[in-house]
Amino acid sequence: MKPPAFEYVAAESVEEATARLAEYGDDARPIAGGQSLVPMMNFRLVSPAVLVDIRRIAPPDAIGEADGHVRIGALTRHRALETSPLIRDRFPVLAAAMTHVAHLAIRNRGTIGGSLCHADPAAELPAMAVLLDARIHVARRNGERIVEAGAFFEGALWTALEDGEIVTRIDFPLLPPGTGWGFREFARRHGDFALAGAAATVTGSAGRAAEVRIALFGVGETPVRAAAAEALLTGTGFEPDAVAAAIDALRNAVDPDDDLHASADYRRHLAGILAGRALGDAWARAGGGAA
Amino acid sequence: MERTSIALTVNGVRHERKVEPRRLLSDFLREDLGLTGTHVGCEHGVCGACTVLLDGDSARSCLTFAVQCDGASVRTVEGLGEIGALHPLQESFRRHHALQCGFCTPGMLMTALDLLAKYPLATDEEIRAGLSGNLCRCTGYANIVAAVREAAAARGDDRP
Repeated sequence: MKPPAFEYVAAESVEEATARLAEYGDDARPIAGGQSLVPMMNFRLVSPAVLVDIRRIAPPDAIGEADGHVRIGALTRHRALETSPLIRDRFPVLAAAMTHVAHLAIRNRGTIGGSLCHADPAAELPAMAVLLDARIHVARRNGERIVEAGAFFEGALWTALEDGEIVTRIDFPLLPPGTGWGFREFARRHGDFALAGAAATVTGSAGRAAEVRIALFGVGETPVRAAAAEALLTGTGFEPDAVAAAIDALRNAVDPDDDLHASADYRRHLAGILAGRALGDAWARAGGGAA
Repeated sequence: MERTSIALTVNGVRHERKVEPRRLLSDFLREDLGLTGTHVGCEHGVCGACTVLLDGDSARSCLTFAVQCDGASVRTVEGLGEIGALHPLQESFRRHHALQCGFCTPGMLMTALDLLAKYPLATDEEIRAGLSGNLCRCTGYANIVAAVREAAAARGDDRP
């Protein structure tokens, strides 16, 4: 279908964008790459009266390192994350996740800020933000704030953003040396939203897992950290019994829905399988805790 | 609704037009410029038929507003080759019978062009993953994969 008519405003700065969004209130939506918003407009699921184009706000695709974080400008495209040498070096799990996001044509246009704000429960970037404890910088007229990723995603397609706010930057705290990673998802067709997915990091120390993180996506309203499973594995040597107990714990903690594509039971089963594989990859990449 | 002036280059030719903000790039190409080689299938970014190159990168023209393309350079299937002087990728599609009805073909070609520029495409699995966002209801994909495989091999040593 064709999108409904709207008024178009191109903003040149964060100040201008937030001023315009404040002026038009909830009739306005920001647009950058448009890869989530335009399909919803074509389906007429959303009909904003005004689109504020934030695409030209500089710097459009900054990826840099400062103060123990990798900082990523909100307008950075998925394809830039997929290919950035800094991301590959500091957050290989993030670079790996990007190859699973939709298709090249979508990755060429879609932005990290757009994916976080769209907040699809099965999307990879929100799960990465939750896994890596990202700090999401938010601007509004005459102000800004930082929202921890764990508090940003409030429901399916629902975030902590208020009317008139836009995401400007995402900071990822650097991982300790000796951290391994794993990323696994299952989709019927490459590039489709995953039926379920899991990502993990393990920081090893003298044969033990000093820190374990597990994020699951596609198995609930938002991406979630598997806190109970993380606690069960921390301090262990990833013995089979410890891993099995952690997988049981995370299966019990998730609450997936039935839909056309998969039953809740199957998604819960998949979450355990995929988390087990992601954890195994992370443990191996951490040198089996040797580092 | 007020129209907005845009200027963009399509297949090397500069165009200036006034467009409604809601004008999709796909409709702009087809209706305003008469370039009907870009096909419109699903209009929500799933079928890939409308794929064009936007500033050198493949993009869904049905998920892009023409107003957002002010100053951009667009390449469509009309910019590849012509009868008697096909682009090598088109020639490979022809040789491998990689099309039947032809509806998906412009999107397949523009997608494959971008894949060939960016990925090694060393295995059929990688080619199939790359083409997974473009639907074809005729061929069963095998001949499309074969055509892209040959084009990948023909790139020689300058492959990425």
